[in-house]
Amino acid sequence: MNSDAPWWSAHSWFGASARERVRGLLDADSFEEFIGPEHREMSPHLRVFDLPEQFDDGMIVGRGLLDNAPVLIAAQEGRFMGGAFGEVHGAKLTGLLRAARDIRSMPVLILFDTGGVRLQEANAGELAIAEIMRAVIEARLAGVPVVGLVGGRAGCYGGGSLIAGCCSAVAVSEQGRISVSGPEVIETNRGVEEFDSKDRALVWRTMGGKHRRLIGGAEMYADDTVPSFRDAARRLIERAPPMNVATLAAEQYRLVRRIERFGACADAVDVWRSMGATEPQAIPALAYQEFVALADRLEEPAHEAR
Amino acid sequence: MEHLSYRHAVRRRATGSKRKALVGVVASGNLEVLVERVLPDYMCEVDIRTAAAGFGEIWRLVVADFVERRSPGGLKLSINDGGARPDMVSLRLAQAVRAVEGGHL
Repeated sequence: MNSDAPWWSAHSWFGASARERVRGLLDADSFEEFIGPEHREMSPHLRVFDLPEQFDDGMIVGRGLLDNAPVLIAAQEGRFMGGAFGEVHGAKLTGLLRAARDIRSMPVLILFDTGGVRLQEANAGELAIAEIMRAVIEARLAGVPVVGLVGGRAGCYGGGSLIAGCCSAVAVSEQGRISVSGPEVIETNRGVEEFDSKDRALVWRTMGGKHRRLIGGAEMYADDTVPSFRDAARRLIERAPPMNVATLAAEQYRLVRRIERFGACADAVDVWRSMGATEPQAIPALAYQEFVALADRLEEPAHEAR
Repeated sequence: MEHLSYRHAVRRRATGSKRKALVGVVASGNLEVLVERVLPDYMCEVDIRTAAAGFGEIWRLVVADFVERRSPGGLKLSINDGGARPDMVSLRLAQAVRAVEGGHL
């Protein structure tokens, strides 16, 4: 490695902290945090359960520059309570999105790393998810691109996946998982016959980044590095579709088609085969460049949805 | 949760001019340290909230060792602890001082 290269240039996105991701994603020294840890805006609920708090409640929000262009940015710390949404954690993101709606000229990057709603703050957390989804839509209606980046330890589950689904565009790495219900939740509710959460290969090919990219849940596939996510963020801001009736109709059409085409498939490998992949069973082992080429080839033509 | 607080008189001021820094994360076996340059140059305060109750004596020794080694004058260090071991605590305290002094982490 070139010793002049910045510290994050070979840094794994998966292994980085939320603060390292923010620092590496934006132009050098351009990040300015809102309601930083020194303000000690912590969860009012965790102390009731005698649980440790974090000074930023696991959510970092602020502004900075991406290629000299101003952006707003939010990042979840997946190691603190699994990156889960609580009242303060959620309110910081809601406030950022409402600011984006009012300013109109600053795109928003959301660095997801979450298991969903924080159980100790159930109602406040669920309300936060609803407020954030509304705020994403309002920002998009004001013409603001809202781009989600998924590649952290906790993945993007529960309410987090619903918010990702509302974004203008999403980039995901192989390690990033996107799903409403987690593996254990599905197994608990529907039985091991439906989904064996201990079968890691099954989990990855059903919820992992490659599958999400192939079926259109994510617009771009990123390598597990900070520069790759930076490149994806830049490109997705540029190509964010407008939020209008035509886009929503296209999205509805795309989802209906998805069920028609893949509804009978028992496994992700069957989905990939019916998309036209000649060696679907080899997809989980494909390296980054090979997979990007394959995904670009198999991509659905009507992709101006969202 | 247990709340512990230690104040020490120190030999000299921590170098640099950064006002604050944050290192670590609150997770199992880990902790976060928020360091702020808000005290007189001859004082250091370490304020701890920990999920593991009953380890006050070990915290006292770890903090005393840290103050003796680093002389973090003028700094208030606030800790949220997720049950870190003493070696991890020492590492994070040193990292926090390094961060606020402006050195490489």
